[in-house]
Amino acid sequence: MKQVKIGHISEIESMRSRVIFVGDLEIALFKLSNGEIKAIENKCPHKAGKLSEGIVCDHHVFCPLHDWKIDLNDGKVQDPDEGCVVSFKVEADAESGDLILYVEEKAYQAS
Amino acid sequence: MKKKLVLIGNGMAGVNCIEQILKLAPNRYDITIFGSEPHPNYNRIMLSSVLAGDADINDIVINSWDWYRENNIIIHAGHTVSNIDTKRKIVSTESGIQVPYDDVIIATGSLPFMLPLPGADKKGVIAFRDIKDCETMFETAKKYKKAVVIGGGLLGLEAARGLLNLNMEVSVVHSNKILMNRQMDETGGIMLQKELQQQGMKFLLGKNTEKILGKERVTGLRFSDGSEESADLVVMAIGIKPNMAMAKKSGIEVNRGILVNDFMETNIPNVYSVGECVEHRGISYGLVAPLYEQAAVLAKKLAGLETEGYHGSVVSTKLKVSGVDVFSAGQFLDNVDTRAVRVQDEFGGVYKKVVIRGGKVVGAVLFGDISDGARLFAMIRSGEDVTGKEKEILLGSGGSAPSNADLIASMSDDEIVCGCNGVSKGAVVTAINEKGCTSVNDIKACTKASASCGGCKPLIADVLTYVLGADGVKTVKEGICGCTTLSRDEVVEGIREMKLTTSKEVMNVMGWNNPEGCSKCRPALNYYLGMVWPEDHEDERESRFVNERNHANIQKDGTYSVVPRIYGGVTTPQDLKKIADVAVKYEVPLVKITGGQRIDLLGVKKEDLPSMWTDLDMPSGYAYGKTLRTVKTCVGSTFCRFGTQDSMAMGIEMEKRFERLSTPAKFKMAVSGCPRNCAEATIKDLGVVAIDGGWEIHVGGNGGTKVRVTDLLVKVKTEEEVLEWTGAYMQYYRETGKYNERTAEWLERVGLDTIKAALEKKEDRLALVERIELALSLTQDPWKEIVETDKLRTTFENLPIPTMN
Repeated sequence: MKQVKIGHISEIESMRSRVIFVGDLEIALFKLSNGEIKAIENKCPHKAGKLSEGIVCDHHVFCPLHDWKIDLNDGKVQDPDEGCVVSFKVEADAESGDLILYVEEKAYQAS
Repeated sequence: MKKKLVLIGNGMAGVNCIEQILKLAPNRYDITIFGSEPHPNYNRIMLSSVLAGDADINDIVINSWDWYRENNIIIHAGHTVSNIDTKRKIVSTESGIQVPYDDVIIATGSLPFMLPLPGADKKGVIAFRDIKDCETMFETAKKYKKAVVIGGGLLGLEAARGLLNLNMEVSVVHSNKILMNRQMDETGGIMLQKELQQQGMKFLLGKNTEKILGKERVTGLRFSDGSEESADLVVMAIGIKPNMAMAKKSGIEVNRGILVNDFMETNIPNVYSVGECVEHRGISYGLVAPLYEQAAVLAKKLAGLETEGYHGSVVSTKLKVSGVDVFSAGQFLDNVDTRAVRVQDEFGGVYKKVVIRGGKVVGAVLFGDISDGARLFAMIRSGEDVTGKEKEILLGSGGSAPSNADLIASMSDDEIVCGCNGVSKGAVVTAINEKGCTSVNDIKACTKASASCGGCKPLIADVLTYVLGADGVKTVKEGICGCTTLSRDEVVEGIREMKLTTSKEVMNVMGWNNPEGCSKCRPALNYYLGMVWPEDHEDERESRFVNERNHANIQKDGTYSVVPRIYGGVTTPQDLKKIADVAVKYEVPLVKITGGQRIDLLGVKKEDLPSMWTDLDMPSGYAYGKTLRTVKTCVGSTFCRFGTQDSMAMGIEMEKRFERLSTPAKFKMAVSGCPRNCAEATIKDLGVVAIDGGWEIHVGGNGGTKVRVTDLLVKVKTEEEVLEWTGAYMQYYRETGKYNERTAEWLERVGLDTIKAALEKKEDRLALVERIELALSLTQDPWKEIVETDKLRTTFENLPIPTMN
């Protein structure tokens, strides 16, 4: 696991998302209403919709294309649809507010 | 200690059996599955949809990798089993994996039947059986033009349709003179052929292929009559044969397939077999429903439950070719001892035939309209006596024909209603009684019935009606979404009375199930709050659907389309130049004139939107929102020799007056300069038609999925009156419409008379106009706002790519 500094917690608005490219990965970062940051791959397992554009409700996001509901904690697609997107561990530094993303080394070395 | 179960074959029949064992006896076995393909279990029936472009490969996966993990199943995908040592009870693969078993299921399926023609080993000669074949077809279609499908049966025609969708020229070669002759009689076959020819398929019927031509790669086919056909790709789709080589080698008794008894047992103890590889009572099945029936029997047997065994199946088929509906079941050919009822309408493209022997329905063919399919199939399976009412089966009667409820009642509990997912009538009934399902969608969520091809939806609806009664289906009070049971009116009243101004307050105070709502209620609440409290409610961007949040229309690839405002569809050379310059600068892939007389720049990257808007320096055309879209106009009296009024000026004025306003759903308008109505005003949400000396205002039209012609609201004399009535009408819709409800549905729900009564008095209209003008005064051009506000503009940019070290 590699730790990558990817920005500051203030750069994402509450219940909204920003996108970041890390190597070949396109990752959607979400800020929940309680301030927590979540990171998942920006690609719905259904038709590759941009999850970063979905509506965020508690720790779920609804894909803007066909309304699939995805849990931002583990990337799991909710019933009645099935599937999973890759989720990433992300942490905000308690003092500085810097965001640290945990990725596999090979994921970004591909670029 | 758990027993060890090994499944050989990771396909639909075998895995279905495992799923049922897990349900019946979750702790009985440690399970290992081997599959030759490197994929999880997928829905092979839907491969033709993948080829036709209606689904992608991920859509047809039935059991995801997670499913194997969650059920602690060891899966060896991409490993082909080479031998079963039935004495030592060990399964081994080509790659050297060895797994011991207590019970083993062989579900190796079938292989495509490849004609042993000279040249069949050339490049470009394939079957249509698995994901790899589909991929080969996709690749071939990119480079080559001409495909020939050998086989005019179900599989061949589905392959041919898919290849047409990939823009290839397709000829179908069939040895019989009749297409789908295993399922169709001559009449149906000819109607099918005509329909498919219209779709662009070519047919070479009554031809036998003798040789495949070409050097390394196929170049064509030669037939036994000496004629030839050129081809860059040959797809053999003549049929399948049980895949039983491994079983045979391991000493298991085979004939045309692996021989099993009614309990799916082979001749060797603890070795079982299900699926297409099996021969049961002389028959091998190639359709999913019988295979699931076999799987169900075996699952019960292995779970240690009583079962009556498998006694063979009556099968039905449906062709999955877009625009052609074909259904066939049982013995559909006429015989000396059968009589048939036929209905044939070549103009409507409908053919129905029911074959009856000894007072019972034994077979049916339906073409064009297959809505009777489920009912007829149930009659064939139940074997009920129809003597004396044969004609009523197809032609209907004064009510003595068996009702759907009777048919459902006559079905046994283990009868399969959803063939794709193997869901029985009993399972649906249980879901209704024990899990409280009250709609087809509930059933789908609980049991997966109707989740694949959807063909059984009418049947499931019948089961619902049968169990719950006509009034029981969906009688539960439906709220505006799953988060609440409150209706639109109750929510809006709450917002007014308790003076709620944020979604969060609404959800807290009114007891929402989900603390932050869902994608359905959040945008709706945001709309209602803005409508009731235009000044006090702050628009919640996070509750807006992507298009309204980004002020552009998201496309399927994640790019956006940009439509600048062109009032009334009247533009200038200067604006056109500006739009052209922007399109060139940002390398816009597609420029299109829309149905609403605007210019659409498609394929724009999100990051480019703000700078494009800056360069355009035109207002947003709002082609993405629940708001006034466009006012379409004809030329009118300015140039047209028939025009009675200045429709362009009227349209421009209306668009300027009412743009940017949120409405429950999109709102389209048009102004025609005379009753010839060139602006198509009578299928708009509000259409104005000029007449000599005045204007007609028409409302509630729709040109979309369900076309609805407008109703006349009023005739007025002056332009001011047109604007007054339009404003009052729009505001009344805003205040009473449900979110996402177009005016056509709204008008039918509340009634034209109610609307007329609400707008009749001048003072009422003026009050409505006053409220709409307040809301309008608070809007501003969103493109300009985003461009000029850093905080909004940055949301369009990605975070900077991090530095790696």
